[in-house]
Amino acid sequence: MSYEFLLATAIGVLVAGGIFLALRARTFQVVLGLTLISYAVNLFLFASGRLVVGRPPIWDKSVSAYTDPLPQALVLTAIVITFGMTAFVVILSLRSFLETGSDHVDGDKVPCDAQDGLADRRADDHEDTRA
Amino acid sequence: MTLADHLPILPVIIPALAAPVILLVIRRRPWLGVAAALVSCLGLLVCALALMARVSDGSILAYAVGEWPAPFGIVLVADRLAAMMLVLTACLGLIAWLHAVVTGADRKGWHFHALFQFQLMGLNGAFLTGDLFNLFVFFEVLLIASYGLMLHGQGPARLKAGVQYVVVNLVGSSLFLIALGMLYALTGTLNMADMGLRVAAIAPGDQGLLRIAALLLVSVFALKAAVAPLHLWLVRTYAVSAPAVAALFAIMTKVGVYSLIRVVPQVFGDSAGAAAWVPAPYLLPAAMVSAVIGFAGVFTARSLSEQAAYAVIGSTGTLLIAVAGWSADSLGAGLYYLAHSTFAAAALFLVADVVARRRGSFGDSASPGPDFAGRSGVALLFMAAAIAATGLPPLSGFIGKLLILKSVAALPDWGWAWGVILGTTFFGVVGFARVGSAVFWKSAGGGGGGGAPHAPVSRADLAAPIMALTLLAALSAGAGWASAYANAAAVQVLDPAQSARAVLTQGAR
Repeated sequence: MSYEFLLATAIGVLVAGGIFLALRARTFQVVLGLTLISYAVNLFLFASGRLVVGRPPIWDKSVSAYTDPLPQALVLTAIVITFGMTAFVVILSLRSFLETGSDHVDGDKVPCDAQDGLADRRADDHEDTRA
Repeated sequence: MTLADHLPILPVIIPALAAPVILLVIRRRPWLGVAAALVSCLGLLVCALALMARVSDGSILAYAVGEWPAPFGIVLVADRLAAMMLVLTACLGLIAWLHAVVTGADRKGWHFHALFQFQLMGLNGAFLTGDLFNLFVFFEVLLIASYGLMLHGQGPARLKAGVQYVVVNLVGSSLFLIALGMLYALTGTLNMADMGLRVAAIAPGDQGLLRIAALLLVSVFALKAAVAPLHLWLVRTYAVSAPAVAALFAIMTKVGVYSLIRVVPQVFGDSAGAAAWVPAPYLLPAAMVSAVIGFAGVFTARSLSEQAAYAVIGSTGTLLIAVAGWSADSLGAGLYYLAHSTFAAAALFLVADVVARRRGSFGDSASPGPDFAGRSGVALLFMAAAIAATGLPPLSGFIGKLLILKSVAALPDWGWAWGVILGTTFFGVVGFARVGSAVFWKSAGGGGGGGAPHAPVSRADLAAPIMALTLLAALSAGAGWASAYANAAAVQVLDPAQSARAVLTQGAR
């Protein structure tokens, strides 16, 4: 089995999982989905310089064949940006949940009872703290 | 090298330096931070105008960052179109900033001014860059700043809309990166001019990939431009943002339009094989649908700011009808209308805020409220903004729509385009008239509706909307010069060989 097939499969699985999660109604799943998609995108960008094994990206006297260094630089930029964005979106959805009392992405007020058992769980938490 | 040689990078450098300075001083000496922001905004305007004067003779300035030669290093490219967008950004930035300071919106959080500068930096960078990956980076800079600005002042509605806005744009960024990766894998370059030359040499077996990459890239730009069916994020986001921020965001959809105008002729032009003019079959229908949706929203909006947000969608749709022609005439008309629609949308958001500040608990909802001091003056402002947004004479929207109608008459689908533009104008007029009469003519009766009497508002907050409307009047009075410039910019954009020569020789000196 070639590296190409392995990498393509990994990217495909990550994207499929990411899209499935990103289409869910709750912010937590959506954030996870976006993270998976961004992993897939980073792998994809890395592969855009072709898969090369055992060759350095930077110049060296003793080496004659190199791998393309540019995608590695691009991936680094993309990782930094997506990492920052993920941190931001986690905080944002947390604040949004705390202020609106609903963690649904579509933003319409959902009564707590409708959030399958969230109200019960909250009630349990309160009882726990009281006990 | 003199300072004049560095002119193309100054619009990125100035806000990049101003923002950290503001961050440092804003807590100790707030007035110093505000002063730094003002200096930066004025400096940007001066630079943009100087750049416009430099390139108005048709020259293309290519600035190689760090003197690294062009296809490998990062280049900034300033031509007529880029200079025009910079001037627009600088004017709009100044107006929005002034409104924020005058109404005290900037004091609802510590970092308004710093975020505002980063937003301007991202916008200017996106307009100047000649490199596709840097376009992505500057998109991210302006988006990250816009997330902060959009949430400025907070509140549940803003947070909820913020989550949607951020999620949509994160997905957009991922698609952008995928498209970039494919284009790099196919062409081995990220410089737009270089890529435009290399797409012609792509092997027949890879044409399908090229087409997919091009379509992905174009759909990301369409998402930023809020073209139907990718417009759903816009209304809620813009309607709940602070009005000064929403006024600045009026240029954000234009970034998407600008990227389309920049990238499609340069990279996916005649020589691009399967990807040649790839958005052409879809753009006209999508633009017409968004014009209809936008002005239908103007008709049904429940508040002034929601109406302004729909007007943004509608005017972007109208603009893209002109762009979809991809001829020098229609693109020139579109660029003139682009300048107009940016200020018109900003004026609408600002007038909505002026009304909301005077009506207490009624806010800017499109329902009769209590009478307030200076109502007739504000009504006049709203009328002027509505005239601009719908495109009635004497303001520049009329000239813009006239130019678009004239230029698309040469296209095969001109009947549809004419029908949509004229029909949406009618809907817009009725929609604005409905809301205007409800807000400014009717009164809710003495003390009814729970509107508590509130402190009279200073008239200083009229300054920013008046500035925007004055610019529209100027655009109308100087229409000959402005449309000649827009046409020249369109001709330049549609001649990618010229800019490729400039970038790859000047940039490689």
